[in-house]
Amino acid sequence: MRKRVLRMYRIVRKEVLNPAVKLMDIEAPRVAKSAKPGQFVILRIYEKGERIPLTIADYDPGKGTVTIVFQEVGKSTKLLGTLNEGDYIADFVGPLGNTMEVPKGAKKILGVGGGVGIPALYPKLKMLHQEGYKVEAILGGRSEEYVIFRKEMEAVCDKVYYATDDGTLGKKGFVTDVLKDVLENDKEVDFVITVGPVIMMKNVCKMTKEYNIPTIVSMNPLMVDGTGMCGACRIEVGGETKFVCMDGPIFDGHLVNFDLAMTRLNMFKKQEKISLELYEKEHGGGHHGR
Amino acid sequence: MAVKDRVPMREQDPKVRIKNFDEVALGYTEEEAILEASRCLQCPNPTCVAGCPVHVRIPEFIKAITERKFEEAYKIITSTNSLPAVCGRVCPQEEQCEKNCILNRIGKPIAIGRLERFVADYALQNNIEEEVKPEKKNKKVAIIGSGPAGLTCAGDLLKMGYDVTIFEALHALGGVLTYGIPEFRLPKRIVEAEIERLKKLGAKVETNVVVGKTVTIDELMEEEGFEAVFIGTGAGLPRFMGIPGENLNRVYSANEFLTRINLMKAYKFPEYDTPIAVGKRVAVIGGGNVAMDAARSALRLEGVEEVIVVYRRSKEEMPARAEEIEHAIEEGIKFEFLANPIRINGTEDGWVKSMDVIRMKLGEPDSSGRRRPIEIPGSEFTMEVDTVIMALGTSPNRLIPSTTKDIQVQKWGGIITDEDGRTSRPGVFAGGDAVTGAATVILAMGAGKKAAKAIDEYLRNKK
Repeated sequence: MRKRVLRMYRIVRKEVLNPAVKLMDIEAPRVAKSAKPGQFVILRIYEKGERIPLTIADYDPGKGTVTIVFQEVGKSTKLLGTLNEGDYIADFVGPLGNTMEVPKGAKKILGVGGGVGIPALYPKLKMLHQEGYKVEAILGGRSEEYVIFRKEMEAVCDKVYYATDDGTLGKKGFVTDVLKDVLENDKEVDFVITVGPVIMMKNVCKMTKEYNIPTIVSMNPLMVDGTGMCGACRIEVGGETKFVCMDGPIFDGHLVNFDLAMTRLNMFKKQEKISLELYEKEHGGGHHGR
Repeated sequence: MAVKDRVPMREQDPKVRIKNFDEVALGYTEEEAILEASRCLQCPNPTCVAGCPVHVRIPEFIKAITERKFEEAYKIITSTNSLPAVCGRVCPQEEQCEKNCILNRIGKPIAIGRLERFVADYALQNNIEEEVKPEKKNKKVAIIGSGPAGLTCAGDLLKMGYDVTIFEALHALGGVLTYGIPEFRLPKRIVEAEIERLKKLGAKVETNVVVGKTVTIDELMEEEGFEAVFIGTGAGLPRFMGIPGENLNRVYSANEFLTRINLMKAYKFPEYDTPIAVGKRVAVIGGGNVAMDAARSALRLEGVEEVIVVYRRSKEEMPARAEEIEHAIEEGIKFEFLANPIRINGTEDGWVKSMDVIRMKLGEPDSSGRRRPIEIPGSEFTMEVDTVIMALGTSPNRLIPSTTKDIQVQKWGGIITDEDGRTSRPGVFAGGDAVTGAATVILAMGAGKKAAKAIDEYLRNKK
């Protein structure tokens, strides 16, 4: 399958961040030049591939590269994970979506990230840090190895708290358990940015609403074109239908209908399972790259 | 000369074709084409040409067919039309050239579209190329969007010798010809072949560039040396009704449904990775060509038992081409006329279960000249459907006007231009659905053609 890949966008760096998550720097000079924190890309691995939206984790206009981080959950992400440095992917388009606006007047900003939401949160906090804001973060995952991008985050945050399901790093529990402690004890925090699984963002927003702290989220729904053409990515915000690709991906977390967002993620569950099973049958389940 | 009946075009049997995505209409043979062409009266003042937005020299190419000079016929057509294999298939000829045919007075008009298709297909099969060797002009023009408007504008500018680069947001070229119109009406190999011809003429192509995001028009003109820009970005934003339940699972815009099938080839899932999810009973809302395309595509998908088109007016007011409606009926698509959805009902876990609809009646004509549909109070009823496709029309994307200096737009998003496609900003031109709102392939091509002429004039006068 790798041989079918068109020679278009080269993978210049690949890192395995944990058993399920990989990082790649993709050569895409136009995207790297225009990218801003908060935006995403859509990539297609090969001719028969689907269009996969991924939040930009970092970018380097000088080198002309864009960093993506992805979790191998279905056929497409597993296939992407088999590619190596020097390989090419067929299509890589972006930057899409709106850029994050700086929260004017905020004093201390708290980022809350989970799983592959952490690298998606990173460029936002990095920008705020560079803008001179006080920035702290709460990062969580299943266990220590699932809490990725720690070094990068620690470099742009004044303080980083951790939470893991099994207690191997930081507090044993969810990010919301740490969030509660922080909000109780640190009255300076006046703005929250959260990126991660929908259920996590829902719980974070529920809590920050109780404390009346403005909170933004970055949504990652199903998409096709990513330019407003199809509406596959629609969600409800404050009772109104929005297209994440055009109106987002960043929204006021206190207005997002997270339950609908979760339901819509299930639209192709059956087909995704078929696709993955077929792929694993063909590849013996052990066809992994470095 | 006695007017014989129009030569019919062979088609796939409806019972067979609803199981595949292959082309429905099979085209004329050489003998059929010559027979049909011989019906043309060769009017000295041909009214058909006036009905064609790109002014194809119709009697001339038809005469060449009668003389079996198919290559010559092709050269006559392509001297004004860059996409004949496309036009021969999807133009509404009955409202344009064929409508003006003198034979209408005594019988059926000459089948201009079918003959155009025959000639174009003949040329593609026999690798006949246009002989164009224009003098190179060292001036760069950017074409934004590779749909019918952009491709036509690019084709004409290439023939004038300009250095043309086409920017496309998607990974494949063709715009609506690729993502919108289904394979069974316009095979993608035809679209690809027409685009290949443009590349041979020297067109440069950059896919995966969303102008307004990846790069702006200002950057293209100020940093990358483009002296003129044509915006042919179409009308891609889908409309929804704003009724309850529209965000349930298995409610699609026609754009999403058709893009998954046509561009992403979801009808070949799991060979192709992009899925499509449909139930057994599909409702398609709307009465235009896109509604027909969505309905007929849905019918061809595995597991679908029934497809019902729900339209708020009656059959007479349907904006879809008569041929498309006929094909849909032949294939077994059902119609629920004078009905309008008011609510989509869902299961507990968020999937479409049924749709509540209200009966309509027709009142006085509205601004479109069609009779306005009015709700009949108390006439609500429920349709048991599990998939709903909204084909209610589309509007232009505001991305480019909002990221480009000095481009004026209408309230509804259409770019404002003069008759020849000049926008409010010198050097920037626009045409097609991006200017007019959703219309037809051929009108977009006509606009692309006019703009190419205006761009040439602009660049020749610019120092």
